[in-house]
Amino acid sequence: MIDPQHNQQAVLSEELPTPIAGPSAVANRFLTSDNEVTLVQLGQGQLIFRRFRKHRLAMAGAVTLLLLTLMGIFAPLISPEDSLNWNYLASNVPPRLTYPGASDWRYIMGSDANGHSLLMWVTYGARVSLAVGLISAALTMIIAIIVGGTAGYFGGWIDAVVMRITDVFLTLPFLPLLILLSFYISKGSMWLIVLIFGVLSWPGAARLVRGYYLTFRQQEFTEAARAVGVSDTRIIFRHILPNAMSPVIVATTLAVAGFIGAEAAIDFLGVGIKPPTVSWGLSLANSQTYFGEGNWWWALFPGLFLLITTLSINFLGDGLRDALDVRSRR
Amino acid sequence: METGARPAFGSASNPAPRDATSSNGKMLEVQDLRVHFRTMDGTVKAVDGVSFDIAPGSSIGIVGESGSGKSVTSLSIMRLIDPPGWIAGGRILFRGKDLTKYSEREMQHIRGDDISMVFQEPMSALNPVYTVGDQVAEVIRVHRDVTRREAMNRTVELFKTVGIPVPERRVRDYPHNLSGGMRQRVMIAMALANEPDLLILDEPTTALDVTIQAQILELVKDLRRDVNTAVLLITHDLGVVAEMSEDVVVMYGGKVMEQATVEQIIKDPKHPYTKGLLASMPSLGMRNQRLNVIAGAVPNPLNMPTGCPFAPRCPYAMDVCATMPELKTLDDGRKVFCWLY
Repeated sequence: MIDPQHNQQAVLSEELPTPIAGPSAVANRFLTSDNEVTLVQLGQGQLIFRRFRKHRLAMAGAVTLLLLTLMGIFAPLISPEDSLNWNYLASNVPPRLTYPGASDWRYIMGSDANGHSLLMWVTYGARVSLAVGLISAALTMIIAIIVGGTAGYFGGWIDAVVMRITDVFLTLPFLPLLILLSFYISKGSMWLIVLIFGVLSWPGAARLVRGYYLTFRQQEFTEAARAVGVSDTRIIFRHILPNAMSPVIVATTLAVAGFIGAEAAIDFLGVGIKPPTVSWGLSLANSQTYFGEGNWWWALFPGLFLLITTLSINFLGDGLRDALDVRSRR
Repeated sequence: METGARPAFGSASNPAPRDATSSNGKMLEVQDLRVHFRTMDGTVKAVDGVSFDIAPGSSIGIVGESGSGKSVTSLSIMRLIDPPGWIAGGRILFRGKDLTKYSEREMQHIRGDDISMVFQEPMSALNPVYTVGDQVAEVIRVHRDVTRREAMNRTVELFKTVGIPVPERRVRDYPHNLSGGMRQRVMIAMALANEPDLLILDEPTTALDVTIQAQILELVKDLRRDVNTAVLLITHDLGVVAEMSEDVVVMYGGKVMEQATVEQIIKDPKHPYTKGLLASMPSLGMRNQRLNVIAGAVPNPLNMPTGCPFAPRCPYAMDVCATMPELKTLDDGRKVFCWLY
């Protein structure tokens, strides 16, 4: 779940059927005045977007994620209260059907034992979850590309040394180490949590990147680039990276889901985000004390949003994989 | 194709003429080159004491079968031999300076600028994620201080030179949009982008079908006239060499067997291996006959015979063949490595 490499294996093993595209997916036809057929070529980006749009689940995932992001950004507009201003008298209010702008709007998802509305937990909590997921995944991939790319491209003893270090990192037990590091180092800081995620998670992704570089460095176009005097750094980042970008983008996307789950987990264990910052994992952690008393809405709503987010990201990753695959062209 | 209609090559921006030769009039001298590969079972001497030289603007072909070391020789000149291979000995003098002593960074300046190479497979030698125009323009920009626009204009001009129709449009195509022949033209344009002194063609037509082969060879011949670059052609096809080159180096088992002009080789081969090669070529009018073959098989590269590598298959083999013959220069100027002479 947390290890991006793990996610990637699932990606590689199952092959979704590629959407069948008519000639319109490649070129638009126009009849010019002198009855000549002109083919208008589409750019790479347009082609990718067309393929992506055909993937319904992925589009749904993308739209959902966009809405979730907007929800996080505009949390102050959606939730009438924040984590510091709340009505402590209105505790344990069950969820009710209401509408935005109504006086009881804030209790659409109910409230917890302290009177914090679940609407506040969900909206403000989205900020931490999405930010940690996105930034950690980006950090992981940047480290992975530099380390894995260098090792895979140069090979030989550089590869051997770097990959043995990677192996050592991979043998470390992820969750216990994460709990320890979070407890002693992060002390509730979101940025330090991101850093810990990045440092612990790059090895799997680096292996993935290295694998692609090993293949691409054997390709003739790499040798051809060397034969015209292109430097190694330029070959690594400008010639090979764009070719290896599809799996990297897909792995990054799926890693976001993994990191959101991991962040919720350490919050739940009490070593992650600290109040007054709110997060979905923290809300879940608070809910467990009272769960037996029938306050099901405490756990349901943050959990539901975690589920929706993770699912959307996975759908998005699936769709991106299909859309970015150059071989499915035409 | 109307070759006369082509614009003169390099008319736009000709840099100051460079001194392409060393003091003795040779541009490239390969002296006793040895390239070894380390394998699980031992060291393979892929190139074992090869010498030849190339005069500026000349055209030389290296012929040999698979495993004769011809490709490794060309890659050595570019210093593109990767581990487990290495240049174990000899010198490669380019304009009098030894390329084997150059640093990787110095070689990057040579590659694509002074010496260029066209690879066998035009399908895979182009990067699928960039347009062909971008790729040719990059080669110019790596070596010349020009703007993006200038490089692209020059690319369009190069495409015109190598006979790509509607070059303004084609520069925006991706490799997969082009046919094999067109891609090889792009590769040639890329190789010529900086007006190299030496152009190495490593089996440039092997991956193409016959009609396209003829077109590409014709193109190279035309270009050589216009550009005045020396051409080193690597091939296993004696017919191609006969068509393209002035001089021929025949290689076998990592060693040079014979070096002579094309005419001498075709009309009167001296070395038994060259004779065998020529005899095994089918000729027009041959019907219901078995092709001649050279008896035996290429020796195991891990276990090369001491002395002449061809001796085990040679109909004229003698006891003395157990030691490698010295270079023998015949009266007509050709060089043979054989005890018969």
